[in-house]
Amino acid sequence: MKTSKHITPDELGFYGEFGGAYIPELLRPAIDELLTSFRSFCFTDAFRAEYLDLLKNYVGRPTPLYFAKNYAQKYGAKIYFKREDLCHTGAHKINNTIGQILLAKHMGKTEIIAETGAGQHGVATATVCALMGLKCIVYMGEKDMERQAPNVQRMQMLGAEVRPATCGSKTLKDATNEAIRHWINFPDSYYLIGSVVGPHPYPQMVAYFQSVISEEIQNQLHENGLKIPHKVIACVGGGSNAAGAFYHFYDLEETALIAVEAAGEGLKSGKSAATSILGSPGVLHGSLTLLMQDSNGQVAEPHSISAGLDYPGIGPMHANSISTGRTTSLSVTDQEALHAALECSRLEGIIPALESAHALAALPKLPFLKDEIVIVNLSGRGDKDMNTYQEAFKNL
Amino acid sequence: MNPFKKTEKSVSIFITAGYPNKTSLPEQIQLLQDQGIDFLEIGIPFSDPMADGPVIQEISSTALKNGMNLKLLFEQLSEIKEQIKIPLVLMGYLNPILQFGLTAFLEKCKSIGVSGLIIPDLSFELVQQKYLDYFRSFDVPLIYLITPATSDLRIAQIAHASSRSFIYLVGQNKITGSSYSLSVNSARYSEIKSLCGEVPLFLGFGISDASQKREAFSHADGVIIGSAYLKALSEQREKEFLENLLS
Repeated sequence: MKTSKHITPDELGFYGEFGGAYIPELLRPAIDELLTSFRSFCFTDAFRAEYLDLLKNYVGRPTPLYFAKNYAQKYGAKIYFKREDLCHTGAHKINNTIGQILLAKHMGKTEIIAETGAGQHGVATATVCALMGLKCIVYMGEKDMERQAPNVQRMQMLGAEVRPATCGSKTLKDATNEAIRHWINFPDSYYLIGSVVGPHPYPQMVAYFQSVISEEIQNQLHENGLKIPHKVIACVGGGSNAAGAFYHFYDLEETALIAVEAAGEGLKSGKSAATSILGSPGVLHGSLTLLMQDSNGQVAEPHSISAGLDYPGIGPMHANSISTGRTTSLSVTDQEALHAALECSRLEGIIPALESAHALAALPKLPFLKDEIVIVNLSGRGDKDMNTYQEAFKNL
Repeated sequence: MNPFKKTEKSVSIFITAGYPNKTSLPEQIQLLQDQGIDFLEIGIPFSDPMADGPVIQEISSTALKNGMNLKLLFEQLSEIKEQIKIPLVLMGYLNPILQFGLTAFLEKCKSIGVSGLIIPDLSFELVQQKYLDYFRSFDVPLIYLITPATSDLRIAQIAHASSRSFIYLVGQNKITGSSYSLSVNSARYSEIKSLCGEVPLFLGFGISDASQKREAFSHADGVIIGSAYLKALSEQREKEFLENLLS
């Protein structure tokens, strides 16, 4: 296990001032059981062997590190895409669900619950539950069920029950509240969180399972005779794909880490999800992190065209690394993301997920030196977003 | 002195500040006090109440829409503090308290004479390891939740830290307002009662009527009723509810 202060929290689960486990007593036994099982099982050879075998033969890893030559020509840097969109189920989310489902099985769990925003984590959870023969319940905001309808159908076809979250903004935040309530009521169920959020040990655990992304990037650069990247760019909602893409680079000072958040309709529009810019320290869903909230400490209802980035918080490890200056945050509007999605489709023949399109939309905003090695984590594919794309591009 | 320690069994009611109207709190307090409630729990509404069921979620949301916030709550309490004769407990999730400022919040609680605080998402270990200095310097006792699944060792530690307040036993591992049978856990409740020693033990979450109250009295020093009262209040039959409850 790496001991970088950026990825390894202290005993109480804090990364600097952020993190911890701010949970009601009703969840204490379940969290204690999870922490003990994670520590005793997930670093063993037996776990690693099964996890890596599934990643290779079921998920299809390693995913390619693709040299995007048309982008390189346009932006004047050596731009590579880490093709997480080619993972089974269409996004990086499955790296985490494979790891956690092995843990859940080891713990003897029979019912799995999850929250989902864009539906990618829900699909990845439903997939591994089908694989392992476990019951699966996914909470999803009612608004997200509409805008990501294909993923709802995929989850149902995989045998999962999708339950709508009908409170608040009816998006990821509300789905997470419902999943937590379910876990309180049924503490024997396994709550499979999809991002580097929630109470300790979830952020650490999810980052660990996603770290395969940067591990492969390192190996793939090496195979190409390259050393270290100058920039790694990833989108951040909760921040699981960014955690995975940055993981092994935190201690390499030469590598700039760039987290791209959703500005929604603009930072000052009141309809945004750019947490690191608009947020302040606060407690939501079990951890102290940067949070979009009003002056009374009520959590703001975020907005992004991308359901996966439509979250008012950010993983505590990112809150810490952004606050300390290790990670740079940028924000990208709905329109800029749509433009980037179209550009990627036309330049490289790859239709990216709206989330990943935010990472691509950072490229025109960044200065590059010639021959700089730039990695964009292409976290998911765009099939699920076709409704939104069709609406946006109907006049093409 | 422990204001929650009485020779007779106690009944406490949980209400949400700002419900049903922005300015309802003083009259609610007066009503409950006049009806003979032993102490009051006042809920600070929050946008994301993760341990609460549908009744309290809905009521918190209405209270927020009504414009309730901590500043207003303290103003309302300050105005009527002379008339309040029973102990007051404030209950709220941590985030609104942090944004108000923990120090400022505790100063206000002290000046109003709040007898205890319940912050459900601030765990016993976080208090001990990160926030103890704040609570010690302002001398406002914290009240901790336990459940039938809380370990014996932990209950003993919590009891040790609760000599001036009480322990809040969540009757079953369920969000607020869930119904269940108390008899399932009765053996465990007896063990818990003895682990608490001299510290008063109050049973809450899901207690909804007089018969459950009586059953709970055989396990604990008192009961706390929230969702059932708020539901009655939302249907404007709160007086009838209290009469039945206290008969």
